[in-house]
Amino acid sequence: MSAASHRRHDVIVVGAGHNGLVAACYMARAGLDVLVLERNDYIGGAAVSRKLYQDFTYSNCSYVCSLLRPEIMRTLELPRFGLQIIPYEGGCTMMRDGGHLALYDNHDALRREIARHSPRDAEAYHRFSRDIIRQCKFIKPLLMREPPDPTSFKPRDLTELLYLGQRLNNVGEERMYDTIRFWTMSAADFLDEYFESEIVKAHFSGSSIIGTALGPRSPGSAYVLLHHYMGDIDETVGAWGFARGGMGAVTAALTASLQASGGAVRTAAPVEQVLIRNGRARGVVLASGEEIEAGTVVSNMDVKRTFLKAVAPEHLPEDFLTAVRRFKIRGSSGKLNIALDGLPSFPALPAGAPCVRGDMHITDTIEMMERAYDDWKEGRWSAAPYVDMLIPSQIDPTMAPDGKHYMSVFVQYCPYQLADGPWTDAKRQAFGATVIDAIARHSPDFKSLIRHAEIRTPWDIENEVGLTEGNIFQGELTMDQLLFNRPVPGYAQYRTPVKGLYLSGSSTHPGGGVMGAPGANAARRVLADLGRGGTR
Amino acid sequence: MSSARPIPPHFRKPLLETPFHERARELQQHDHFVAWAGYSTVDVFTTVEQEYFAVRNATTLYDLTPMVKYRVTGPEAERYLNRLVTRDVRKLKVGRVSYVVWCNDSGHIIDDGTVFRLGPQDFRICTAERQLDWFSDSAIGFDVAIDEVTSDIAALSVQGPTSCFVLKRFGLDGVERLRPFELGEFTVGGRPLLASRTGFTGDLGYELWMRPEHALSVWDELMTAGSTRGIRPIGSQALNMARIEAGFLLPNVDFVSAEHTVRVGRDRTPLELGLGWLVDFEKPHFNGRRALLAQHAQGVRRLLVGLDVAGNKPAHNALLYAEEAGEREVGSVTSAMWSPTCKRNIALAIIDAPHYRVGATVWADIYLNRELVWERRMAAARVVERPFFAPERRRATPPADR
Repeated sequence: MSAASHRRHDVIVVGAGHNGLVAACYMARAGLDVLVLERNDYIGGAAVSRKLYQDFTYSNCSYVCSLLRPEIMRTLELPRFGLQIIPYEGGCTMMRDGGHLALYDNHDALRREIARHSPRDAEAYHRFSRDIIRQCKFIKPLLMREPPDPTSFKPRDLTELLYLGQRLNNVGEERMYDTIRFWTMSAADFLDEYFESEIVKAHFSGSSIIGTALGPRSPGSAYVLLHHYMGDIDETVGAWGFARGGMGAVTAALTASLQASGGAVRTAAPVEQVLIRNGRARGVVLASGEEIEAGTVVSNMDVKRTFLKAVAPEHLPEDFLTAVRRFKIRGSSGKLNIALDGLPSFPALPAGAPCVRGDMHITDTIEMMERAYDDWKEGRWSAAPYVDMLIPSQIDPTMAPDGKHYMSVFVQYCPYQLADGPWTDAKRQAFGATVIDAIARHSPDFKSLIRHAEIRTPWDIENEVGLTEGNIFQGELTMDQLLFNRPVPGYAQYRTPVKGLYLSGSSTHPGGGVMGAPGANAARRVLADLGRGGTR
Repeated sequence: MSSARPIPPHFRKPLLETPFHERARELQQHDHFVAWAGYSTVDVFTTVEQEYFAVRNATTLYDLTPMVKYRVTGPEAERYLNRLVTRDVRKLKVGRVSYVVWCNDSGHIIDDGTVFRLGPQDFRICTAERQLDWFSDSAIGFDVAIDEVTSDIAALSVQGPTSCFVLKRFGLDGVERLRPFELGEFTVGGRPLLASRTGFTGDLGYELWMRPEHALSVWDELMTAGSTRGIRPIGSQALNMARIEAGFLLPNVDFVSAEHTVRVGRDRTPLELGLGWLVDFEKPHFNGRRALLAQHAQGVRRLLVGLDVAGNKPAHNALLYAEEAGEREVGSVTSAMWSPTCKRNIALAIIDAPHYRVGATVWADIYLNRELVWERRMAAARVVERPFFAPERRRATPPADR
């Protein structure tokens, strides 16, 4: 893999995360000589599987898959290179009073389950699903397209604006109102329009805060909820699944696909600077001082890390730099990866219920979720955190030894900077203990089954993965940072103020999640600029 | 329900059993049950053909329990319902039933159903889909209580030319005096029963509403009472044939509820479904009135109509074209069948203006699977009046015994 260093490449991609690899694959398939540079000695970025303890495989960062665009999987032949996404069924929220709400795939079971809490909510669930699907239908076709620049009169921008306008027009007047409301309102307000039961609202609002420095009552959180429904597995809208072998299977398949089309990945090659001569990107300088030349540089790092760390300010316009500095990328999530001696019991859940194989939660009111957010605002991790926990080893046999289990616990909220000074190992352990204690309140044997736990704070995620402040979406998914405003107004089309330097990460449209769309769109932009095929 | 055996949790057994389920399990010969509104129900007991002809020739029992039922009570129940549905509920007398639809503000149908007026302030609504969400929202500001009573009432449809005779013999004294859409309260062997002269077959028939604990004994006694008059239980397939002949619409087959549509343009108004006769612009404000008035003034751009299709191959799911060459698409078939009684190849279809007028001809694109080889037929289809079959006996009071 290191053979490439002495020659000039067509394209260097900085960062072997999923979007960087997706971009690299598309460009390599178009015949370009592509080299991907990765700072860690392993591939994957935040879509990674690692063995940190015995024969347990952890999805260390991202842990479930839904958003990865099927057209990308098909074009890049990812199934042929070993990627398999297995859907899981349902999920649940366990309540402090010993009750629970579970979700089931079977329509009638689900209705009867919700009706235990509110007969009316059981019927309102139809309307909720309908409206979510309506919004997804509007937004999904925009994912794999470059957002238009609304201030430009170039034919392409006008065509794209027209497309956006037509989509709004096609949804009809009423639904256009709904769309604008949806994109700006809070998840709590949105859910109040459908449900009366606290537990039902709490369960569905979970996806509005995941990865986001917003509370369920913050305006804009309804969109984050929608963002989590935008994916599908085999046309089941909003379905989530496991990548067989952990999320690293996504980037492993992408790497294999890239190599099959002649591209290469070099690990343990941290990029220090983008090499810029005469206002044009000419390659990169590694931390070791080694220079690697390329005609085009695609940075898969987030917009802040790219322009505040890897590009000298003299190459950049001040307005742009100011906008980049202001870009919201607040870290708010932690993660525990736990090796378990056996399957923990959850007395609140009925014996044999399939919801234990889905995403499990322990936050039973929106109020409790908002209080968890309050802790974050004060610079503390949540005393009663929201967790999104899954035990993928129940479905994926490759994750843990027979009879043992791997549990992934995503934690909201955890600050990047603590009010009482920097993160220390003691504080990290205390954060982990808070989460473990919270889960143990719903599982008496949980603690005794723990054999190993990897505890990751936003600070750790930044330092290991390179995501600024450990923000999992490479920037928050709020309306001021979406579509033609992502990452910053005027630069939403994967280009940057530096000629030959592009962005491909989740900082760009359409944003975070293991979706691949930013990478695919960025590659299309590079290829168009190089005269290798149109933008569509 | 009466049985004492433990009920498995809903995630193991999502479907409920009706109070008639024990009999269904005994008499159903295919070990096949289908989900309907959360219940396990029968689509065919023996053969569809025999069951269908029993509807038109003898007496049939059809378990109607899964039909969703709401009780609406309170001083403002009438005002509430009058705002909800498009017909004038003030005209509905105690002891009568009315077929109604209700719409959202844009005039699109949410569902259809029947309203029973049990008392001045006491109504029951039977619907195809669950409506608590919409009904509850619509009730804000009215002094009215809405309760779902689906599982509190066992319902059995008794339909066919000999149904009045069978019910009389069973013990419903005076049932022959019930006029169409009339209700009667009866007591048979100490069991209170409500009978309505209603049904989904377009034939002579009644629906019985009873306490769940009486369901099996009523079933058994009806089977005995009808034994000399060809009584048999039927499943939903035979019923579906009868309802197409009668020109009745089935939600999610002939139209999709506006509460469920995801795509633009898939909602339907009562005017578009040929149910304009259910819309009363003379009464006070009701949901969807303004939109329906506007549509009424402009005329509808599409209409659900009956079709008489050439040949004998049912035009299932056929696209409809303006001409035999199949160039201009003008609609599609929603329900189709060969009618054994009318000896006509009939269909319900939604057709664009101006092709929906009675007497117009469109062309149905029919695909036939002939021993795994697909063949295509363009069949002429003439727009005709609904219903396709409407025997006089359905209205005769008192009805004949056979």
